[in-house]
Amino acid sequence: MNNIIEKLDKEMYNNIEKPCLEYCRYMLGLQELSAEQKKIADDLTGVYTKKTNMFKAQIALCKGTGCQASGEISLKQKFDEVIKAKGLENDIHIIETGCRGFCEMGPIVEIFPQHYFYVRVTPNHVEDIIEKTILNNQVIDELVFEGSPVAEEMNFYKKQTRRVLAESGMIDAENINDAVAAGAYKGLKRALFDMTPTEVIDEVTKAGLRGRGGGGFLTGLKWKLTAQQKETIKYVVCNADEGDPGAFMDRSILEGDPHKVIEGMALAAYAIGAEEGYVYVRAEYPLAIARYKLAIEQAEKMGLLGKNIMGSNFNFSMKIAQGAGAFVCGEESALIASIEGKRGMPTPKPPFPAERGLFDKPTNINNVETYASVPLILKNGWEWYASVGTENSRGTKIFALTGKIKNTGLVEVPMGITLREIIFDIGGGIKNGGKFKAAQIGGPSGGCLTEEHLDMPMDYDSLQAAGAMVGSGGLVVLDDKTCMVEIARFFMHFTQDESCGKCIPCRVGTKQMLELMEKITQGNGTMEDLTTLEELGLVVKNASLCGLGKTAPNPILSTIRYFRDEYLAHIVDKKCPAGECESLRTFHIDAEKCKGCTKCAKVCPNGAIIGSVKQAHEILQDKCIKCGACIASCPFNAIYTA
Amino acid sequence: MEQAMNESLDWLDEIIEGFGSSRTSLIPVLQSVQSKYRYLPEHVMSHISEKMALPLSNIYGVATFYAQFSTQPKGKHIVQVCDGTACHVRGAKDIISRIRKDFKLDAEKNTTDDKLLTLETVACIGACAMAPAVIVDGHVYGHMTPDKMMNIISEIKEEETNE
Repeated sequence: MNNIIEKLDKEMYNNIEKPCLEYCRYMLGLQELSAEQKKIADDLTGVYTKKTNMFKAQIALCKGTGCQASGEISLKQKFDEVIKAKGLENDIHIIETGCRGFCEMGPIVEIFPQHYFYVRVTPNHVEDIIEKTILNNQVIDELVFEGSPVAEEMNFYKKQTRRVLAESGMIDAENINDAVAAGAYKGLKRALFDMTPTEVIDEVTKAGLRGRGGGGFLTGLKWKLTAQQKETIKYVVCNADEGDPGAFMDRSILEGDPHKVIEGMALAAYAIGAEEGYVYVRAEYPLAIARYKLAIEQAEKMGLLGKNIMGSNFNFSMKIAQGAGAFVCGEESALIASIEGKRGMPTPKPPFPAERGLFDKPTNINNVETYASVPLILKNGWEWYASVGTENSRGTKIFALTGKIKNTGLVEVPMGITLREIIFDIGGGIKNGGKFKAAQIGGPSGGCLTEEHLDMPMDYDSLQAAGAMVGSGGLVVLDDKTCMVEIARFFMHFTQDESCGKCIPCRVGTKQMLELMEKITQGNGTMEDLTTLEELGLVVKNASLCGLGKTAPNPILSTIRYFRDEYLAHIVDKKCPAGECESLRTFHIDAEKCKGCTKCAKVCPNGAIIGSVKQAHEILQDKCIKCGACIASCPFNAIYTA
Repeated sequence: MEQAMNESLDWLDEIIEGFGSSRTSLIPVLQSVQSKYRYLPEHVMSHISEKMALPLSNIYGVATFYAQFSTQPKGKHIVQVCDGTACHVRGAKDIISRIRKDFKLDAEKNTTDDKLLTLETVACIGACAMAPAVIVDGHVYGHMTPDKMMNIISEIKEEETNE
């Protein structure tokens, strides 16, 4: 098996840039290979049945969840039809990739060798793409996103350092050969043949990789703790229970480049002395589960998983465990309970999973992005990995950029980049020309960053000092039309709902905090409530059993810290400055925009709108029940809330 | 529901055999039942209890812990509105309140009386870029509005009446 990798490396290098001619020609029946080459090719054929890259042009269609929801499926059919009709089957090759990250503008289609990056492509564009771009090398301007047609020159990609995501969106995620050709399993090969487990741990430690799932614990150290355990049976577990609303990098890695995760887990298993692994994936991610399952099967067929991997005597196999919809299962001891078939409730620590984890055996748990970073360290060396980032936060981090931002998507940037660069340079600023108010980072466990933090470096320590956290990397951008009190209430509603109920501070504390938040957003809050919220928040933080409760008050405490005036507006003035809190908002008609069409007066269920035809209407505040029916009915956008 | 009562459970025995009767198989087994019947009927849980030699209380405990499982029959069509952060700030709550209003549902009652439709809110399906997103019978729709949502539901209802 070892020699297949070497051969592929030397003789059958195969990717979009450098197709492997021999292999392609052999597969197409055009070229005879030597007996030895044939053997390699035949070994690969079982998993590599598609025609490969000996083509004039290649079309990469994003088949991530985002682009699929934008209608990619019919695009593929349409491309197939047009290519067939024009008799170009042997000249154009379509690959279906994972997420390219620029989900806002999906469906994305990338054309090679030109590297043209087309956005919002519909089946109507297919004919033109083939005729103009592929056959006549012309750019189709209407499909280009602002400026350059080449992805690498676009603002969205220019400032990114795509390492973990380098292959995602570029390779066919359902084909292990694409991954191998792009360098997958080279790190594992180096570890298995040239390094001892201790050396692997040292390399990961020196690289300075810290857990990408939230905690930020040094990965090498975590491995060392598990490796030190005397037990003979140990486990590696991958936490792919990406429950943090607003984060989807783990899903995209599993969908776009699953082999990086498999390789990372195999490396961890080798380092700590485990032979079995589990990937715990949320059931809400059906595509990720399907892709990962396929990747495991293909890796097994190629001898990269299973017994005697690459002929090295190292054994490692893995299973997928599906989550069943419980946010708390992202906590490692709850996740372990869930794999064991129990209610996903956390247990007190110590013992840590490194000592007593899955089936009471020493267990190493990391998240998807962490595992996916490890092969890069082993392949390129720790110096390369540590060359970007800051002193205590090395490497790159993937952020999921969502909310009121122009370019929604996944961005991978060096640790230590500023929030301003992420939001304004890469993200293109606020959607619809709004004003930046805050960025909520780390989801229900995190906090918010405001204008004063725009130039602060984004790394573990600086964020913690600002009362926020890197967390999983969800970055929800909020503009001046977002109510910070309401968003804090929203997160508390989420954590309260997901609290498993085992410990009292979390079960009762989050419930009380939520009720106080509801009271405030409904305009019934008092100043005393605000003080109680702060006190209670500290109790829940300090006394809860697991990470869910310990971090649950963060969104509230952080918004009270930075947006106290908004809380005061709700409590003292009984007003919601952003006009979002339903009970506090009032409806008004802009007399200049109102044409007097009477539509609003007709839909108003309470007769609260008065006015005569072709005259500006008015809303009687004491009769208005704030249902919002008038806003939906107005053809002139003349009704607003305040 | 009657169908579930009278049907033979041989298929379930095969599934249990496939996953193995150790405790770790419990969640995958319940997931299979949930996807077949759209809920976990009591007699099926009793059957699993016997076959897997687990106390029924344990099975009930797991069934009620995870959001994916339901002990009440769900509707034929399932509309899941994502209420993750990104969808929330881009208007998921308007979609939820519109469906609730039009179908006389509320936070407690999430299935219509004719058992045609169940409304669920889910926490982040990871399609944040297309926020607000909804999943109707497994298919993801992005950039949803209350009106677009009602159109999709009316289409489903129309298909049902034609069948």
